[in-house]
Parts: sequence; C-alpha cells; structure tokens
Amino acid sequence: MIPRLELHNITKSYPGIVANEDISLSIQRGEVHAVLGENGAGKSTLMKIIYGAAQADSGEIYCDGKRIEAHNPAISRSLGIEMVYQHFALFESVSVVENIALAIKGVFDLDRLAAEIKTLSARYGMPIDPHRRVHDLSVGERQRVEIVRCLLQSPKLLILDEPTSVLTPQAVVKLFETLRQLASEGCSIVYISHKLDEVQELCDTATVLRNGRVTGVARPKETTSLELARMMVGSQLPEMHVSPSVPSEKPVLEVRGLSAPARDEYGTELTNISFDVHGGEIVGLAGVSGNGQAELIALLSGERTHSRSETILIGGRPSGHLGAGERRKLGMAFVPEERLGRGAVPPHCLWENALLTAHRTGLVRKGLVERGQARDFARRIIDRFKVKANGPQSSAQSLSGGNLQKFIVGRELTLEPKLLLVSQPTWGVDVGAAAFIRQTLVDLSRAGAAVLVVSEELDELFEICDRLLVISNGRVSPPLIRKQTNREEIGLLMTRVGHGEARRSEVALEN
Amino acid sequence: MRLRIEQRPEPSAQMRIAAPVIATALTFLAGSVLFAALGYDPLITLHAFFVAPLNSINGLSEWLLKASPLILIACGLAVGFRANIWNIGAEGQLIIGAIAACGVGLFYPNPESPLLLPLMFLAGTGAGMVWAAIPAFLRARMNTNEILVTLMLTYIATLLLSFLVHGPWRDPAGFNYPQTALLPPAAMFEPFDYAYRLNPSVFITAVAVVLMWLFADRSFLGYKMSVSGAAPLAARYAGFRESSAVWTGLLAGGAAAGIAGMAEVAGPLGQLSPQISPGYGFAAIIVAFIGRLNAFGIVLGGLLMSLLFLGGETVQMTLGLPAALTRIFQGVLLFFLLAADFFIYYRLRHIPEHA
Repeated sequence: MIPRLELHNITKSYPGIVANEDISLSIQRGEVHAVLGENGAGKSTLMKIIYGAAQADSGEIYCDGKRIEAHNPAISRSLGIEMVYQHFALFESVSVVENIALAIKGVFDLDRLAAEIKTLSARYGMPIDPHRRVHDLSVGERQRVEIVRCLLQSPKLLILDEPTSVLTPQAVVKLFETLRQLASEGCSIVYISHKLDEVQELCDTATVLRNGRVTGVARPKETTSLELARMMVGSQLPEMHVSPSVPSEKPVLEVRGLSAPARDEYGTELTNISFDVHGGEIVGLAGVSGNGQAELIALLSGERTHSRSETILIGGRPSGHLGAGERRKLGMAFVPEERLGRGAVPPHCLWENALLTAHRTGLVRKGLVERGQARDFARRIIDRFKVKANGPQSSAQSLSGGNLQKFIVGRELTLEPKLLLVSQPTWGVDVGAAAFIRQTLVDLSRAGAAVLVVSEELDELFEICDRLLVISNGRVSPPLIRKQTNREEIGLLMTRVGHGEARRSEVALEN
Repeated sequence: MRLRIEQRPEPSAQMRIAAPVIATALTFLAGSVLFAALGYDPLITLHAFFVAPLNSINGLSEWLLKASPLILIACGLAVGFRANIWNIGAEGQLIIGAIAACGVGLFYPNPESPLLLPLMFLAGTGAGMVWAAIPAFLRARMNTNEILVTLMLTYIATLLLSFLVHGPWRDPAGFNYPQTALLPPAAMFEPFDYAYRLNPSVFITAVAVVLMWLFADRSFLGYKMSVSGAAPLAARYAGFRESSAVWTGLLAGGAAAGIAGMAEVAGPLGQLSPQISPGYGFAAIIVAFIGRLNAFGIVLGGLLMSLLFLGGETVQMTLGLPAALTRIFQGVLLFFLLAADFFIYYRLRHIPEHA
C-alpha cells in the first residue's frame, strides 16, 4: 500500500542549531502516528515542514506517492493535510462560525456553514455552538473549534501539536474518542506529544526524536514506558525521593478571603480565595490555564498589590499592600512562568540577571554593583544547578528554555526563601532537567520552606505535592490531601468549582 | 541565490567596531556623488567639511565649545533613554535653565560676588529639573505620555524666553533689540584665552561623562534603569518601581540640559536673546543614540555632531554650498550610521535557490 505521507532525510537548521537532521518516517492511511520527544527535540519544526509552514533545507516529502516539490500551507490544504497548532489562531471577538468562515475557501454563507459545524461537531462527539463568541469559550472548546475547522475540509492527514496540554483529563478522553473515530474512517493522524501514557493509549506507531534525530521507531502499545523514555531522554531517569513532610505549626503564607476584579475584559475575576501554605510542605494549585492562576500569582508575588493588606499574610504579617521588593524582604522568592522578559532580562548576561533578585545578598555596596561577587554568585548557580552556559557572561536569551529555567530556579533557591512561589516549574524543560527541578523543590520544602506550585501538569503535582488546591473560574477549592485524592476528582473540580462546589467550600470555611 | 536577513545568535562584536567605519566610508561615497552631481569637487568639499574647521586653534576651540553642551545633555538624556523614558524636551529644559541662571546673574544684589557663578549653576540645574519634573509627575501619577509633554513644554519655554527678552527683561540700553543686558564679568566663565571662546564649563561636561559612565556601568541605580528599559515586566517582578525610573530618567535629563543652558549664557552668549540654542537639546538626542547610550560613545558622537555643525557652516561660507545641501549630508551620515548598526544584530545569508 502506498503510504499517505513519507518523509525522506529531512534536514533543517536554524542559526546556531540543527532542528531536524536526516529524519525519515512513513505514515499509512488510518494510522495514528506519534512523534514523541522532549521539548526542543525538533517535533514542532518537523510538523511545520510537513505542513509547509517551514521549508526543509534538504530532503523530500511524498504525499500519496507523489513528491511535493515546492511546499506551503496552501498546497498542504489542497492535498488534504490540516494542522491544529499548539497555540490557537482564533479571533477572540467574533463568533465561532465567523472564525471558521475566515479560514475556509468558497462561498461566504454563514447560515449553511453554521449548520454544517453543528452536525459535524455532533457527529464526532464534541458539540459546539457556532454562534458563541470565541472569548467566551474555554481552552478546550477553542481547541474543538480548531479541530472542527480542519474536519470541515475532510482531511486525509491531521496534525495535532501537543493537543492535550491545555485539557482536563475528561476532555482528553473525549478528544481521544474523536481521534479514534477519525482514524477508523481512514484519516491519518500525526500526534505530537511528550506524554508517554497518552501515546501508549492512542497511537499505533511512534517515531521518537532526540536532539533533532530519530532515535527509535516503536509500537507504543507493545513497548514499555521505560523503553520509550530511554529513547526520548537517552539515559536513565533519576528517581524522585519524596520523604514525608513535617508541616510547621503556623502557616507561612495565609490567604484570607482574597477577591480581585479582572484586570481586563479577558482576565478572570478572583472570588473569595482562602488557603494556607505551611513551612515544610508543597501545596499544588491545579487548574486549566486561564482560570485565574495568572491573577492570583501576580497578587501573591506583589507584582500587583491589593488594597486590603490583611488578605495576604506572609509569616503572619499583613502583606497585601506590599510590593514585590518588600515581600522579598519578608523571605519570599518567586519563579514566574515566563522566563524571558519576566524572570530574566533577555539581553542581559547571567550575572546581571543574578542581580535582579539577589541584589540584597551583598552584591551591591554603596549603590555600586560588586561585579566580581555577582559573577561568583552566577557561577555558583551555574555549577550547582548544572546550567549549560558558557559562563556568567552568556546572555539570558542565548540559553535554552530549560537551562534558563534551571538558572532562575537556582537563583531563587540560593536566596534561601522561607516562601517560594513557583509557576509552571517545568514548562518546556526536558525530562531530565524537570526531574532535577522537582527534586530541588521537594528538598527545599523538606528543609522547612513553604512552597506553592502552580502547574497545569497533573502528573507533576501528584508527584511532588502534599496537598492540592484546584482553581476554576477564579475560585479555589478546599485543600485535598494528595494521598486521599485522584486525577478524576481533581479533573472534576477543574471544571466544576466555579458552580456550586465553591459555595460548599465557603460554608466549610465559615464553619 | 537568494539573500535573507536573519537575526544573529549573538550580537557581533566585530560589527560593533566595523559599523561606524563602514558608515563613514559610505557617507563619503554618497556625499561625493552628491557634491559631484551638483558641480562641486568632492575632495575639496569633504576637506572643507571635515578638515578645514579644525585647522586652527580657534577652530578647535569652537569644536569643543559646541561639542560640550551636546555631550552634557546627551549624557543626561541617556540615563532616561536606557529605561525607555523618552525626554525629547531637553531644548526646553536648556532654555529654562538659561533663563534662571541669567536671572540670577542679572538681578543678584551684588554683581561682583564670587558666589554668583555657583548660584547661577544651582539655578540652572534646579530650573531644568523643575521643567522635567512636570512630565515626570504627570507620567508617574497619571501615566501621560512624556514624549508629548516634554515636547510641548519646549514650546512654552521658547515663548517664555521670547516674552522675557521682548518685555520685562529687555535691556533698556539695548537699542530696542530683544535681548537682556550683558551679564557682569563675575557671572561669566572666564575663557582660557580671551582670543578664543572656549571656557572652563567643558570641565562640567567632563565630570558629567565620568558620572554617566559610573551610573551606566557600575551603579545599581543604572542597573535598575536598564532592567526597566529592556524588560518592564522583569522590573516589576524584581520589585523595581517604575515611578522611580521615570523620576530618575527625566530629572537627570532636565538637570543636564539646565546646566548646559547655564553654561551657554555664562559662556559664549553672556546674555539672553530669542535664539540662545542652535537646537542643542534636539541634536543631543541623536548624539545619545549615535553613542549607543554609553559615556564613551556619547563623547565621540558629540564631537562628530559638533564637527558637522562647524563643517556645514564652513562649506556654506567658503564654497557657497546651499544650506540645504549640508543638512542633507548630515542626514546621510546619520542614516548610514543607524543602518550599519542594524547589522550588529542581523546578518545577510545566502540561501541556495534549490532546497
């Protein structure tokens, strides 16, 4: 049988790195094919090349046995290749049907298109109302819009780039049903992911990438996760050591009835949030992004202040009105989710970036910067946290995402905080570095610090947290003990806390 | 073969040095073509532009005299520019500084007091800072756009100066010319040599350059400002206040411009008239950028800009080139300088036609 898609020796380099090197793969009709690899392994580049959004430096692409000469997204669509990007390209202020109409060729007939969207989305078990505005939709619903847009073209090959990273466990189950149905109808699916369990559940074949090269082809259902992980990482993964936590008597961070209006039209309003974080424990905040995490973390870090100081207490001291610098003086440190531009200044070199939050540790004397000491400080972080960099002189933007994250985590940990806030600690970080960062957070908490981790990765939260909170629609659930809960319960809270469940938690707190 | 522009992984150190050289060479080339097309001998013209003005001691004195306020103001402005605080009203702050200094010089009860010059210095500095404090307050409190406010305040300053020299401060013995009386000698910098105009106010500029270097390269304040400029969210993350960057940036520019205004009235001018500055406050913005906002670069930029002023006058006087042509030539130089800078961060790459 002629494969639906074949790649021969694809190579693509960007300034400074080879993103893809000599990659070949072949995908049959109706096959669900995983492209598995860590962040930065070259998966997204490869997909862009298949879709025609980027051109390979060398190598050949065949679709249904015919070579594609000059490639671009328009040709892809005419061949029946469609792609759902990791970050959606939707216009927030217009309706679903208008968004889809903009992406589709042909007569502009909104009523007919709306009817089509309705039937098609129902047929694949992911109903959407074509007349809703996109900014009202949850991330999962937005993804449906993108998928339905593709399905309207009756694709022969559908590419999905990390589709589950924004979904609740329940939504993932739904998505997989849809994809299986599609595949059974003959559509080939390329599924990009770094999550082993998903690939094992869904995919027929997997091509594993590491550092831009193919390191293995496997049948995931017949391969153990350990073998797949080894192909991805290239070495044995370190084991996590999580000793039992001994929480401090008094909480280090107390949040008391915190409410705050949304910052703008698309922000989330926070409603009556209360929780504690004790020294010696890690508390995780789970939730689908866009449910108020950004607002909450900005208020906790002091990047945004609150008019009522007693809504946030750090070490027992009312701190709601304090700015970020003053809260740091109370022993707070913070690792934000955006590394470039927030956690670090992109064009500045590493020792200058060390100064950003470590300037209180004797690196500034009489208003002048002690360059030598700042360099030593940065060098210590680089050594201790195994940051791959040329030295304190390398600019922050020259580091890979994972290495910069190690540097920022290292910097904040070196400050020996009493309270550490961490947002998405391992986003875009490779498996090895992620394990290291998680272990460091555990070690810090066991040494007595209070740690609050905000993450969308449930696996991560379950691995390191002692207690879990769930945020949904600007409300935070009562705490759950990690050992007494499970993914399903958390998943339900992720979607339900906003309606009803939160009432109960308020009552519980009042009692 | 196709050509593509792409970002360099790291800014090129070689290009940082080569860029001004390439720009100068291209300017000479383009200028030669321009002069030749209009019937002027390129070599003679370039000589008159760049060499003739510096051929005499008087020329050198004028060169430094004009470079001094440019460098001084550019140093002050660069403090704010590093934090993306855009004070483009240095011209107005210079004028206000000059008015305040001249007012002290004219109306201080004892015209022979040795305190006169220091007092004028303080008055000029303070007035420039007050003029810059208005946009700083508005920006920090009400988030107004400092570009607009500083520019509009320049017009107000110009009109205030015009009102004073046409009205209350006009010299009664001045044949009705719109100018004030001459300052008493104690209110003036004594030139190094009475044959030339250069005076000790250049030392103020020298101190400003050192302070600027200290600020930008060594101080924590300068570091905080550069974080605010390069990544405002990181500044907020670290807890550096935006309002303190706004105040520091604008006040530094205002103080420098006010001092430059004082040095002009107490130096070559000796009195106020409607036109006390040939646009130093605006030209200093360009100087700050040619100098890449660092102290050493600003010195070179100021010297170059001053030479262009002088050269432009020389070719107009000796060769009769139209004033517009010298302006074009100055523009061409700046164009090439900024264009060449682009290649510090970007490069051209050949892409083979067949992928």
